[in-house]
Amino acid sequence: MPESRPTPSDAMSPPEIQVCMLSQPRLLGAVRALLENFAERIGFCERGRGELILAVDEALTNIIRHGYDHAPDCRIWLSLRTIESPRHGIRVEVEDHQPEFDPENLPERDLDEVRPGGLGVHLMRSVTHLCRHERRDEGGMRLVIEKFCEDGGDADESGSPTSRSEDGSAPPEESM
Amino acid sequence: MPGDSMTINERSVGESLVLQPEGDIDLSRSPQLQARLAEALGRKPARIVVDLSKVPYMDSSGVATLVQGLQHCQRAGCELVIGSLHPKVRSIFEIAKLTEIFAIVDDVEA
Repeated sequence: MPESRPTPSDAMSPPEIQVCMLSQPRLLGAVRALLENFAERIGFCERGRGELILAVDEALTNIIRHGYDHAPDCRIWLSLRTIESPRHGIRVEVEDHQPEFDPENLPERDLDEVRPGGLGVHLMRSVTHLCRHERRDEGGMRLVIEKFCEDGGDADESGSPTSRSEDGSAPPEESM
Repeated sequence: MPGDSMTINERSVGESLVLQPEGDIDLSRSPQLQARLAEALGRKPARIVVDLSKVPYMDSSGVATLVQGLQHCQRAGCELVIGSLHPKVRSIFEIAKLTEIFAIVDDVEA
């Protein structure tokens, strides 16, 4: 399968951390530990760190399960940046090279329907301020996640992030 | 997968079979919990209690495993109880609106 190294989604400074992992579930814990440490050092509270980790973990799980169909030897790239605009926080880009995988088509279940599966996409969107999929010019997909950190915590009074959509407007309520 | 197995302790308390996994439950470990739940249900206990006091992190695959376990238990006439959730794990249940679906207790020994 052809591979290509990750490229920034737009004109941004180089990532502070960039790692490449194989598509193996046993490696997810190592990525969580990396995120925990990085987020703590730039000021995220425990809850914010937990939500960031959950979002990225779900993204990686989706790629491993649906993108690479559990093949253990494919590559996934993660790029981490501290951002200051629109607010202080973290931007994570997760890239794969599976051209047939369109995360927008992943099943997302109605939360009133009790059945296994379909939760990952909902969880990602619920706990981040930006969650956007892009097609890479080189093939494959790029998921851009942004989560902001605020003084005294990084959640609003309801405990949920104040999300925004790609154009910066508030999202519909159902996307939480 | 080798090197990533999870310890799942087990004990009986009255008519309950208590399973206590240790460590994060993610895509690599949820199949182990799924198999253990199925094996426990095969012994036809009146109640299965999943003690999550030693699970600091769970992703959607872990949650899906518990939802599937709940459905299997309901069909078999067995009660499934979830107990001692860490705050981070509880928040995932809350986001997924599953706190009213599961019987959740703060202390599995109570």
